[in-house]
Parts: sequence; structure tokens; C-alpha cells
Amino acid sequence: MKIIVCIKQVLDTAAAIQVENGQIVSPGSPRIINPYDEFAIEEAVRIKEKKPDTEITLLTLGPEGFKDSIKKALAMGADKAVHLMDPRFEGLDSYAVARVLASCIKKIPYDLVLCGKQAVDVDRAQTGPMLATFLAIPFVTVVTGVEFSDDFQSAKITRQVEGGSEIRELVLPFLVTCQKGLNEPRLPSLKGIMAAKKKEVSTLSAEDLGIEAGTLDCADNKVIQENLCLPPERKKGIILEGSEEEISGSLVRLLREEEKII
Amino acid sequence: MGQILGVVIEHEQGLTKPVSLEVINAARKLADPISGKVVVFYLCPEAGEQTELFLQNGADEVRLLQHHDLNIYIHENYSFALAQELEKSPVDYLLLLATNNGKELSAVLSARLGVGVATDCISLSIAGDGDIEAVRPVSAGKALSTVRFSGKKPYILTLRPNVFRQTETPVPRAGEVFQQDIQLPELSHQAQQLVKKVGSQLDITEARIVVSGGLGMQGPENFELLEQLAKALGGAVGASRPVVDNGWREYSNQVGQTGKTVSPDLYIACGISGAVQHLAGMSSSRCIVAINSDPHAPIFSVADYGIVGDATKVVPALTREFKRALAS
Repeated sequence: MKIIVCIKQVLDTAAAIQVENGQIVSPGSPRIINPYDEFAIEEAVRIKEKKPDTEITLLTLGPEGFKDSIKKALAMGADKAVHLMDPRFEGLDSYAVARVLASCIKKIPYDLVLCGKQAVDVDRAQTGPMLATFLAIPFVTVVTGVEFSDDFQSAKITRQVEGGSEIRELVLPFLVTCQKGLNEPRLPSLKGIMAAKKKEVSTLSAEDLGIEAGTLDCADNKVIQENLCLPPERKKGIILEGSEEEISGSLVRLLREEEKII
Repeated sequence: MGQILGVVIEHEQGLTKPVSLEVINAARKLADPISGKVVVFYLCPEAGEQTELFLQNGADEVRLLQHHDLNIYIHENYSFALAQELEKSPVDYLLLLATNNGKELSAVLSARLGVGVATDCISLSIAGDGDIEAVRPVSAGKALSTVRFSGKKPYILTLRPNVFRQTETPVPRAGEVFQQDIQLPELSHQAQQLVKKVGSQLDITEARIVVSGGLGMQGPENFELLEQLAKALGGAVGASRPVVDNGWREYSNQVGQTGKTVSPDLYIACGISGAVQHLAGMSSSRCIVAINSDPHAPIFSVADYGIVGDATKVVPALTREFKRALAS
């Protein structure tokens, strides 16, 4: 099976942030593989463990710094990586990113595409389903279970929805976006880290993908950020004191009379 | 003629999700000052009494797209039917719920129609030139991004549940209703047969009250105390990431940057210290109550009401008091 795993590098979720010139900054904070993409990598590696003739190709779009995440994902067990890197790719919206990824994937053979359900920086949850639409393949989003048939031609897929889950069956090729609960991503082993150094990482530019100048650049973005700011600070709260009964009584009264919630 | 705001309804087997009505309300509020028109798209096997509900909540027009396979959502059917319908009856904006289904559908429609989409908006306004400006949280709410659209219409927006709730009673409209039977793609029936839904709990993203527990609950068995409090209040139970990682609660209950972002009317944080990822996921709640034994816990920095104490002792007292108050 040929698997493509799409990954993105993001700021560590533990980082406190500031906003400068319409950008999020957090000096000194580490960058990590988008947590949902780690589920995608892990799922691919688990499929390969069951079906050894599987080949896992990582695909990422971003600046040079993304190489750190490529290295880690290769160390987790992916076989090779394609890094789409071009100044023209900077600041693209999800639509354009999905178009660029699709133009790359169309050139390589694949059976399965795995993505994270969303990137935890932009929180848009769009690239996966858009990519599948551009590739014209079936897809399921927010997936917490993938159970392949014995011949690895089809899979029962569990999708999370509000208040429950759904199960549906798809035949390859298809795309899924991975949600927490799908698996427990492994830490790279020392052996994996050593092996990763020898794995192939090819870097492709817009021109390499045959994307004409003046198309798919951020001037064509369909969604434009006008402003970025920190959320308003919450007003200072009050600490309730007394016995448990007294506190409970005053809280219930406050929620009813002041906040009008209950 | 003013701008047209389309609304896509989300329903469970023909029963409109209450949070879906918020989207109609939000569209109505935007439409009024610009003499716009609110058009509701309802994909269903049959309309039943739901049409009336849409008109009551401010729809000017209801377009019923009917097919017997539409009792449940699958993106193939919805995107196919809506893309076709939008060609016949174009809209300037298309508003959906920012649920897993709504986010998925908005992305597919955006890709199919070649238009922009803003996910999980928490505030909408009309800018000076008459176009919509949307505010959406990024990094789970650590920052707020204001966005505008460019290029082809319709511009698609998904709205975070619970944020656009109607405060005053809506004025019912004497709207028009158009009903039509539609065709669906070939896979429709087969795919529909294969989708099985399991479970129907109140989701933490749609609950008006969320009672959430952290490691300070001391063990999975003590979450029963939170269940009781949530039950008394008609809410849902959430959890912090360490609790989920310990296997005490299901991951679908996790609040925070790698879980769900919630904006309920009332968020009661029990034994949660308040890691930055957790605060990101809940600090847009209207009212926050924090119960923690450590008076220096970061959770108190976002709480409207703080209680310093052992959550396993405070919560049962609270449950008793709420029950008494709600019975009176």
C-alpha cells in the first residue's frame, strides 16, 4: 500500500503567545508536529507493521524549519518525505494549500492519504476535506478508528460527531483526517532516529510542481486576515469564602440573580 | 434587493439541532440593517413541522430539498445537493454550524465552488462597504483573527455553537416555502446504508452548562459527582487533558487545544489547575466557576467565581444547593 501522510509544523501548544504585526510570536518556544498529524503518522506506521510492503511518504508545505518535523516523522517510521518549499507558498489560505498539495499528490501513486483533523494553529479543519475534493476521492473527517479488511482494500472507519460516532466503509483510495483517540503516537526510537538520517527528503518548488507564476499565490487568497489580537482579558473574579454549604448557597444565588444563568 | 444570507440546517433524523436555530438568528441580525433576506436550506426526507420553526426564528424563505436518503447527513449528498441548488438560487453568504459536519461540508463546498470559508466564527458584523467581517479564534482561542473575504461568492461561514444564542424572542416571519424533490449522486443510498450512528449524548460543545474535571478529582470514580451536578443542571461533563490521557474519561470529552473549544453559559472547572492549553479551550465561556485546592492555580485567573477547596467535597454540596434552588 502507498500511503501519503500530510503534516504541518506548529508552535508547541504549551507556549504562551504574543501578537506582533498581525502574527503570533512566542520567542524561544519549541515547534512541534501538529498533534493531530502525529496520529496520522502513527496510523500509517501501524498499517506498515501489519502490511510490510507499505510505503509511507510524508508531504509537508512550509519553510526550511519544517525539516525538524520531517526528521521526527521519518524517525517514527515514515519512509521518505516530500517538502514543498517556495517563497510563493508563504501566507496561502487553506484553499490554496490544498490545491498545491493536490497538484503534488496527483503526480505520485497512492492508495491512502492521512491528514490531521486540523492544525492547532489556524484551527480551520479545511485542508483535508478540500484536498480530497480536489483529488476527487472519498474521505471521512475526524476519524477515531480505521479497521482494514484482510486484503487491505477497504476499511471500516469510525468518525466522531457531536455526542456520538458514525461508522462507514470505504474502498481505497480514500483520505481520512485523524482525531485524538485513533492511536497513541510512539516516540521515535534511537534506531529510528539513526535510520531517518539516511531517508530521502526531496524538496520541490512551485515551478517543480508546474504551478504557473501568478497562480496560487497569496494575492489570490479567498480569506484575508484584517487583524489579529489577543482575546480581551476577563474581568477579575471573586473568591467565595465560608463553609461548603455557605459557599454553595452564595454561588447559586449569584448565578441566579447576578448572572441569570439558572 | 439586499444581500441574501443562506443558512444550512443541521438535523438529527429530521429533528433540527437547537444550535442550528442560532445560525438563523445570527443571519437575521446581520440581514436587518442591510435589508437582506434570510433563506434557509433544509435537506430532509420530508419537512414535517420544522418549516414553521425556521419561519418563527426569522427566515424569509425556506427551501426544502427532499430525498428519502436525507434523513442523515453524509457530505457527499449534502455537498452535491447544495452545490446544485446554489447555482439555481445564489446567495451572497452561506452560514453553517461549526460542528464536525458543518466544518466538513463548508470545506467541500468551498473546494467545489471555488469560494472562501471562515471556520468557527464567534462574531459577525457588517463592515462599512456592506461586506461581512468575521472574528474567529486561532490557536484554540489564544488569539482572535478578524477576516474578510475576497473573490467569488458565496462566502461561507461556520458559526460556533452556543455563541449566537437569541436573547430576545424572535419576530416570526410570514415567509415563503419552496419544496422540491431532488436527485442525489449514485452512491447516495449505498453510503447512507453504511453510516451507522452510535450514541446520542449532549456534546460539550453544544451544552449550555459544562461541568469539567481535572486531576484534582483524584480518580475516575469521582467523576460520578460531576455527572450528578451536570444532570441537575442539564449540562454535560468535560475533562482536562491529563484526565483523558490517564484514561479516566473519553477523549471526546476533552476541553482544550488538543480537544474541544467550548463557550457555554456556565463552565464549572473542578480540580483543574488551568494549563495554558486548557484555558485556551474554555476562557470564552460566559461565566466561569473554578474549584481548586491550590489558591495559586492559574484557573482562578479566568474565573468569575473562585472556590478554594477540595472539589470532591465542594461539588456534592453544590449539587444539593442547585437541586434545591431549581426545585423552588
